[in-house]
Amino acid sequence: MCATCGCGTADHDHHHSHDHFGEHSSGGVKIDVEQDILYQNNLLAQRNRGYFEAKNILAINLVSSPGSGKTTLLEKTLLDLKDSMKSCVIEGDQQTSHDADRIHATGTKVVQINTGKGCHLDAHMVLHAVQGMKPENESVLFIENVGNLVCPAMFDLGESERVVVMSVTEGEDKPVKYPDMFHSSTLCIINKTDLLPYVPFNLEKAKEYARQVNPKLEIIEVSCTTGEGLDKWYQWLESKTLAGSAIT
Amino acid sequence: MHELSIVMSIIDIAETHARNASSSAIEEVELDIGELSGVEMASFDFAWQQATKQTLLEGARRQVNRIPGKAVCLDCSASFPIRQLYDPCPVCGNHLLDIVSGKELRVRSLIVV
Repeated sequence: MCATCGCGTADHDHHHSHDHFGEHSSGGVKIDVEQDILYQNNLLAQRNRGYFEAKNILAINLVSSPGSGKTTLLEKTLLDLKDSMKSCVIEGDQQTSHDADRIHATGTKVVQINTGKGCHLDAHMVLHAVQGMKPENESVLFIENVGNLVCPAMFDLGESERVVVMSVTEGEDKPVKYPDMFHSSTLCIINKTDLLPYVPFNLEKAKEYARQVNPKLEIIEVSCTTGEGLDKWYQWLESKTLAGSAIT
Repeated sequence: MHELSIVMSIIDIAETHARNASSSAIEEVELDIGELSGVEMASFDFAWQQATKQTLLEGARRQVNRIPGKAVCLDCSASFPIRQLYDPCPVCGNHLLDIVSGKELRVRSLIVV
């Protein structure tokens, strides 16, 4: 078939010749690039990761849809572990410093990143936030991503662990509706379990969906309102710090 | 709309390579975008039209290789096509899979003048 006009034969009238030598692409030069599109982000993410590892910092990328309770979980965690854990927070939102204000009120060092129209944090933003904040050695850095279950999935920030939060006021099918995020996370926190008697959320089905997407995903159920299950989250945090060195 | 970030990265990569080759125009760009890469092609097209304006990629031909998803079951070693990350192994029903293709997101080549 002729690739120029798509005809099947070469025996009707043409404005172009079927002798293809030298006719196409007007002498353009082919460059083999073979480069990952997210190469730049991944490079910076690895740089962040090296920095965190060298300073023995546990970096946690918290992701969820808006309103799942990431900030409340953080507030509760920072207050409960205040005496046993050195921590700091990077807050990502499109606009406002409301979340950073809430974290600041717990007495924790915090940097707010406003992404403007951007729908996710990237490794470059985290690099600059970390440069400004200078987290201590043997500490935990919580990075609260922009509330969005789609876009942040694709951007490695250099985190040690990615934790996806969902709540029982959302549909239990979130994991299969937004599989990329659940596939790339190591822990799923199911929040607001105190509301289970009032909402038609099928907890077992939610866990089944999450494990279909990611059989290795750990799942912890918590209520930040009653405090139920938070001890398991704290144990998980402790287990992830190298020999528990960030939590004493 | 992370597709905009993806298009911006493609523009960066393409312009850097074209400049290194002392080229003033890009005729064609060839991309690998796997079907499991998380890129929504309608959003990608929209972002492409807007973001490539006044760059070397404006008006360039775009060839996109959509690479289908393929996985190997970590339990029974069966190899099979997958469309979704939660597809089970068709042989043993297990979900523990190694995704061997479909996640690609790569600039393969350019044709420059």
